[in-house]
Amino acid sequence: MSITYLEAIREAQAKLLKDDERVYLYGQDIGSFGGAFKATKNLAKEFPGRVLDAPLSEDAIIGTAIGAAIEGMRPIVEMQFADFSTCGLNQIVNHAATLFYRTGVECPIVVRLPFGGTPGSGPFHSQSMEALYAHYPGLVVLTPATVEDAYSMLIQASALNDPVLFCEHKFLYYHLKADALPTEALPIGKAKIARPGRDATIVTYSAMVHESIAAAEELVADGYEIEVVDLRSVKPLDTDTVLASVARTGRLLCVSEAWPWGGVAAEVLARVSTDGFDLLDAPPQRLNAKDTPVPYHPNLWSVHRPTASSIAAATRRLLEL
Amino acid sequence: MPAADELSPALKKVSKELYLKTYRVMLQARVLEEKLASMYRGGLIVGGVFLGKGQEAVSASLGIHLRKGDIFAPLIRDQAGRMAFGDTVLDTLRTYLGSQHGSMRGRDGNIHRGKPKEGYYAMISHLGAMIPTVVGALMARRFRKETGVVGATCVGDGATSTGAFHEGLNIAAVEKVPLVLVVANNQFAYSTPSSRQYACEDLADKAIGYGVPVWRVDGTNLEDCLQKIGGAVAAAREGQGPQLVVAKLLRLVGHGEHDDGNYVDKVLKTLPENRDCLLAAREFIENQGWMTAPELDALREEFTEEIEVTAARVQREPGPDAADEEWSAISETQLIDRYPEA
Repeated sequence: MSITYLEAIREAQAKLLKDDERVYLYGQDIGSFGGAFKATKNLAKEFPGRVLDAPLSEDAIIGTAIGAAIEGMRPIVEMQFADFSTCGLNQIVNHAATLFYRTGVECPIVVRLPFGGTPGSGPFHSQSMEALYAHYPGLVVLTPATVEDAYSMLIQASALNDPVLFCEHKFLYYHLKADALPTEALPIGKAKIARPGRDATIVTYSAMVHESIAAAEELVADGYEIEVVDLRSVKPLDTDTVLASVARTGRLLCVSEAWPWGGVAAEVLARVSTDGFDLLDAPPQRLNAKDTPVPYHPNLWSVHRPTASSIAAATRRLLEL
Repeated sequence: MPAADELSPALKKVSKELYLKTYRVMLQARVLEEKLASMYRGGLIVGGVFLGKGQEAVSASLGIHLRKGDIFAPLIRDQAGRMAFGDTVLDTLRTYLGSQHGSMRGRDGNIHRGKPKEGYYAMISHLGAMIPTVVGALMARRFRKETGVVGATCVGDGATSTGAFHEGLNIAAVEKVPLVLVVANNQFAYSTPSSRQYACEDLADKAIGYGVPVWRVDGTNLEDCLQKIGGAVAAAREGQGPQLVVAKLLRLVGHGEHDDGNYVDKVLKTLPENRDCLLAAREFIENQGWMTAPELDALREEFTEEIEVTAARVQREPGPDAADEEWSAISETQLIDRYPEA
């Protein structure tokens, strides 16, 4: 038996609904239809009255979640695509994110964001939103890269007393499989070494973890052992694990599927340059998507975002510096 | 859909007791706001001061019909409704002065105050945002099978142009929650007149598009406000779903105390339909023989004294100390992202 990344997300929600009566799900088409990606398949039937179809109102969906959270519920809302969460941006960044600081009242909501590129998805169904949300104080931004993390981090997210943006990568939904659901989990906020190495560190997260591991495998033929750090959470960002890896390798490449200006890759570089300058044997590098909307045709899309081959090329350049 | 007020011929007659109780709150709010304006002009309050002059009847009539256990998300011109719901002179002054003892602890100020765990929500500045928030709170009550609860929130005519208003009222109607949404149509959003805000004849006409009953209210007439807003709250409480209230009145001050409102045509202020609700209520009380003019004056004096004493006390309280501030926006302290101190 195997389980996909998407099924893990469904199973996590089923477990949360079963274990915690304060949990309910709210989002577009998530009821009897089971969600655009089927992340809530059969849940409306299994948990009557707790998996509710919402109107096409991202702003109001998030707004209702905040009110319910104030009243002691633990809502999990699904944005059909992360891209559409910009329509709910105000409630996320100005209301959910400020509530605890302003009033001392916690806001335990989880906003699920199916994000990232897939072939043919184009400019409005492919975006990576993590940097935008990480910029605002008051939000936790999670980016699981594995089936195990998708499951356990969603369960952990629902237990947190702060608003969580749960960035689940659509490209991993069906492709990524594990033998079974995990029984143990790292704490939220801890990065992990996805692949140990000695010659350079690639810091990355979500789908780019797999591209980076593939790049590292490619470089084995050249005699290089590349360490890959999976951030898991971009806010908080586990600087200690990153610095420890850079201390071992002396070289850093940060890979992100998001756009280059600002963002997670820029933040990692800033932190390592500030706190770990003396650990570096070469200028730290980054590799992002191109600074254009995400293109539709696979010929363009596959070049727009980093891939195993472009990451391997960037790593080779880093190793030669 | 006919107006709910036309469907409810048996509106509860307003008792002397309720009228006077509400008037007291209106007067207290007015006197407190006059003090806030004076403190602002004296440089004692940073940021802004936003007054509800002319809107007290609407606001207080809503607050007075809510109970402990209900949810109330007021907006900027709801000092009277806030006090009717339980807010105090003390916390109002503390929040305006940024006292660390105030409910917002100097982290937020003026009308951005509340105690969410007591059902008194703290507005954000983005208009319409509190509507879906109250809807969600009512969904939570429904999940817990609580009945007889009402959630209320207020906006002005300007907020009716926002997407949040549309999404919020629609989602309330879809979820059939006991929301009372009060629109105080005060004819100006900051400086923008109704003619540049909406093109329908009457904002109340919007109700049919959302499938919710509407109550048209003369916002200058306390009796009308108490009857109809009371009717709307009762209808929501009885399970008749969301209720829209549209009250007509005129904002009798600038947008904030930084604004003299010189864009408002002076003729407007002389029209009977734009009269001051507080003066009209006082006249009504005198005409009914419920209180004499000296008694009404004495009541104002009583509030003035209380407010002066409280203001003097709050001015002596320390502001927040930046050195003691936790500087954390999240409650899960193990997840605080640390940055080097500049």
